[in-house]
Amino acid sequence: MFKSFFSERTLPLAATILVCLALYGWGMIQYRGFRDTLVLGNLLTDNAFLIITAIGMTFVILAGGIDLSVGSMIAFVGVLIAVLTRDFGFHPLAAAFVALVIGSLLGGAMGWLIQAFDIQPFIITLAGMFFLRGMAFLINLDSVPISHPFVDAFAAFRIPLPGKGWLSASALVMLAAVAGGIVIAHFTRFGRNVYAVGGDRASAALMGVPVGRTTVRVYALSGFFSALGGVIYAFYTASSYPLAAVGVELDAIAAVVIGGTLLAGGIGFIAGTFIGGLIQGIIQTLIAFDGSLNSWWTKIVIGGLLFTFIVMQRLLTRSFVGLRKAA
Amino acid sequence: MAEPSPAALQGGLLLSGGLRPVQPGGVVLAARGVSKNFPAVRALVAVDFELKAGEIHALLGENGAGKSTLIKVMTGVYERDGGDVVLAGRIIHPAHAGEAQALGISTVYQEVNLIPTLSVAENLMLERQPGRFGFVNWRRLRADARQMLARMGLDIDVSRPLGGFSVAVQQLVAIARAIALNARVLILDEPTASLDREEIDLLFAVMRDLRAAGLGIIFVTHFLDQVYEITDRITVLRNGQLIGTYETAELSQIDLVHHMLGRQLESASHRRKRPATGAPAADLVSVRGLGRRRLMEPLDLEVRAGELVGLAGLLGSGRTETAKLIFGAENADCGEVRVAGAAVDTSSPRRAIRAGFGFCPEDRKVEGIVPELSVRENIILALQARQGWHRPIPRAEQQRLADQMIEALGIATPDSEKPVGQLSGGNQQKCILARWLVSSPRFLILDEPTRGIDVGGHADIITLLRQLCDEGMGLLVASSELEEIVAVADRVAVLRDRRKVAELSGEAVTRAGIIEAIAQ
Repeated sequence: MFKSFFSERTLPLAATILVCLALYGWGMIQYRGFRDTLVLGNLLTDNAFLIITAIGMTFVILAGGIDLSVGSMIAFVGVLIAVLTRDFGFHPLAAAFVALVIGSLLGGAMGWLIQAFDIQPFIITLAGMFFLRGMAFLINLDSVPISHPFVDAFAAFRIPLPGKGWLSASALVMLAAVAGGIVIAHFTRFGRNVYAVGGDRASAALMGVPVGRTTVRVYALSGFFSALGGVIYAFYTASSYPLAAVGVELDAIAAVVIGGTLLAGGIGFIAGTFIGGLIQGIIQTLIAFDGSLNSWWTKIVIGGLLFTFIVMQRLLTRSFVGLRKAA
Repeated sequence: MAEPSPAALQGGLLLSGGLRPVQPGGVVLAARGVSKNFPAVRALVAVDFELKAGEIHALLGENGAGKSTLIKVMTGVYERDGGDVVLAGRIIHPAHAGEAQALGISTVYQEVNLIPTLSVAENLMLERQPGRFGFVNWRRLRADARQMLARMGLDIDVSRPLGGFSVAVQQLVAIARAIALNARVLILDEPTASLDREEIDLLFAVMRDLRAAGLGIIFVTHFLDQVYEITDRITVLRNGQLIGTYETAELSQIDLVHHMLGRQLESASHRRKRPATGAPAADLVSVRGLGRRRLMEPLDLEVRAGELVGLAGLLGSGRTETAKLIFGAENADCGEVRVAGAAVDTSSPRRAIRAGFGFCPEDRKVEGIVPELSVRENIILALQARQGWHRPIPRAEQQRLADQMIEALGIATPDSEKPVGQLSGGNQQKCILARWLVSSPRFLILDEPTRGIDVGGHADIITLLRQLCDEGMGLLVASSELEEIVAVADRVAVLRDRRKVAELSGEAVTRAGIIEAIAQ
């Protein structure tokens, strides 16, 4: 059991967990404040929308694709919810439901284009990224506050942790999303088909996997999770802005890769993505605690981590006999 | 006859209702007068083929003989143009490979078509994962997978990713997958090409078990030793026609090789007469114990200045591999190459070019020409690479070299700026030759220099090769056409099953001599 845990597939995940523990441990040694659960609670809350988005991205990358539209989706969903509640009298939850449905449909549509016309996912989702960002501006040019008793209650909700920390509603939604993602990835046939398609598309088709259907569903799932990220982001900040979440698609990809998912597809874990997102948050927090460092150091450290993980992946795929695709 | 739906066929098969059970020794799969035409090619001409239950049947033939076409027709990848495919007494019309598999005809290709990143268990069970409501029952999946492998005597950790295992194990997993689908016919298309001896033994043990269990196995291979080791009968195809089906025990190797290559009258010798210069010229290039595990057994070879050495052997005997090893396009793991007595580093094509080597590869479309570049640019490519890219060849010089070569080799092109991709095969080949000639190599390796070239171009190239020898260059020519080898070579190294088995020179270089050497 122990041996199989450290197999080729779990090695990147183990490395990610190790990095996460090392960073957190280092913080606890260096700073007294880091030892409190307040930091943990804030980490989970502040990175909730990123991690939720990255879960959808994990499915896409596992299937051998990429989705650049998720950052714009977050902004689009935020603006949509704000306008629906302010101008059309929607309850925020109803608005969120509409946003989730639209997000899933848009994602599925991109998946269908990719699948039906055999186009690079990179270019289709890049088009989706511009389209959604533009749509956000079309709906509203300015920042709109979302003022509704429900949103206030959402922001105020907290479950106290031992110590000074607490779990926010955002964090709880995120943890539920992670659990849902794990179930879909590892315990459903759809999940296994995603891994099969990402491992070797041609062989998967020969072995009877519904490749086209799986591709469409994967992008729909990414649309859903990024829309959910957008909902949480809107509720958490109680406002919306068309220029929100610029570049979050790249943060999400970084979380997925640092989380041990192979960029070529076929290998990876949702749990890894969760930890990958946390690592980014921890680095940010450490730099904030230090106080003397510029906050852009976060990007530098994440860049370095990415380099390390990509090279590790390359070495790992080389040891695989018969893996035809380049990473 | 109405086309039965796949589901009905599968149901019938499971109940053995639609298909009669086949007794061991009875014919399980047959092709009767099967024909297949492609544009400009008659790939199969009224071929008959019979596979019995409980036998291993070798399907042999050289390039273009029609082996893979026959397999693809029987497994529904191609639609046949004439004749019948009969499975257990019933004519079948599989529309695709999946349908043939549902009928009980499974194929395992040399390149394992499984998913390396998934676990062994998932690969075995992918399209029939146990569970309900879309959820997977992992425990049962692993147990079922273990059971499938146990039937083949394979005990491995099924939860590990397939890609972590050797090609041999992957091959066995593919077979386990194939026979789990209620197979009665198993087609193995070159399964041993990348396996070493122990792995082959493991595979053969499994094949014998399956034979004993009553499966009919079609075994496609290039290794004659393996044919005699494991098969019961042999069917030979040549140029899309059936040459015959023979009992393996009753067919001598030399007859087999004759059947595969075709028995033709010895053509009058066009062989160059070497000028009798008394003492033989010193070795230009000598290869000592050069080889690579799983690719080519270590071999020795000498080429003297002004000499043309041929590499002869059947398809898959290691001709191309030898050429690539010497040129450094494949990394050797033992042995050395010496030029004029001094060891040279030929670990990469770039280094080999520096040492004065040139190489015209077999597949000029993929490995030789750059089709979008012009004739001129293609011709100066190797010379430029040899000089280093920081010292560009002046445009006027490029033009002079290109014009000179177009004239000397008679390359049919309106001007030197036409993209090479638009020229005919023979002219493309001449461009590659020109490329090496302007870089004036001492030693030129040609792999199938005349493949896909019309008769006129063929003669031109042969004449050219002879001229090059007369100018003192050393040439190594690998060719599947014995006539070509006999016509141009001073000496012939004969390969078989990735080994050099003989070397012929002088009067011994004849078609019959080479065939005898291959079959010995």
